[in-house]
Amino acid sequence: MIATLSYSWPSILVFAAAAVLVLVGALGVITFKNPVHSALSLIMTLFGVAVAFVAQQADFLAAVQIIVYAGAIVVLFLFVIMFLGVDRKEHVHVEPFVAQRPLAALGAVITVGGLIALMAESHWVTGVKSVSTVGTALATGQANVHQLGTAVFTTYLFAFEATAALLVIAVVGAVLLARRERVLASEEVDE
Amino acid sequence: MNVPAAWYLVLAAVLFGIGAFGLLTRRSALIMFMCVELMLNAVNLTFVTFARTLSDIGGQATVFFVMVVAAAEVTVGLGIVVAVFRRRASTSVDELSDLRG
Repeated sequence: MIATLSYSWPSILVFAAAAVLVLVGALGVITFKNPVHSALSLIMTLFGVAVAFVAQQADFLAAVQIIVYAGAIVVLFLFVIMFLGVDRKEHVHVEPFVAQRPLAALGAVITVGGLIALMAESHWVTGVKSVSTVGTALATGQANVHQLGTAVFTTYLFAFEATAALLVIAVVGAVLLARRERVLASEEVDE
Repeated sequence: MNVPAAWYLVLAAVLFGIGAFGLLTRRSALIMFMCVELMLNAVNLTFVTFARTLSDIGGQATVFFVMVVAAAEVTVGLGIVVAVFRRRASTSVDELSDLRG
């Protein structure tokens, strides 16, 4: 506890707020019966993660997190939920696989416990800076955008171009999948 | 002084566990997609934490690409859900048993 006091109170408060947002939202996603409520809980978790990003000098990613995840992905989820009309209760009492829930809980606990034990055993976090960027501290604000942009358009340029192709393929694939079969059938008749 | 990286790493591990549990227990394909998003966010949080600890922008660049791939994955995944729903009028994954031997 004495060690805890050496950290500044604002950073502890920010971490606590982020942790509460993330965990409450995540538990809401997996417990709510109504998919719309789950999607709204997901927004809460995403905001919590964005808070954690801001607290760790990832300003641009926090903005992208809100715009892309909360603004686009969750809205896409809500569109599909409303479009399909599945915003009614799911039949959660149907459990065809005996003891699925305890087994899943056991697996999740083992995974989390293993990760935390691994973290406690290893010495990943030593305070030593990365050898690839010695001397260039991680910046905040506009400088963070500048740093990230420089990295994306130089070191990761090929990956960046590949994501462009990936997004085009995803859009074409989604349109093809969501098209009505009636249209496909009439086209085949025309041909 | 900022809180130690281990706190954020533990938070990310717990978030990953919650997402994994939801993915294994929920029946609706839509909720399962949301749980995948939870797990992706847990990994993103880990990447950002290590980027801060090592003062390396590479971790943040990786998170940027993970977000792009997640957006593409959700687009195609929801397209599949819509296509399946047209055929079966249900999003429950238990009813997708056509390939059962």
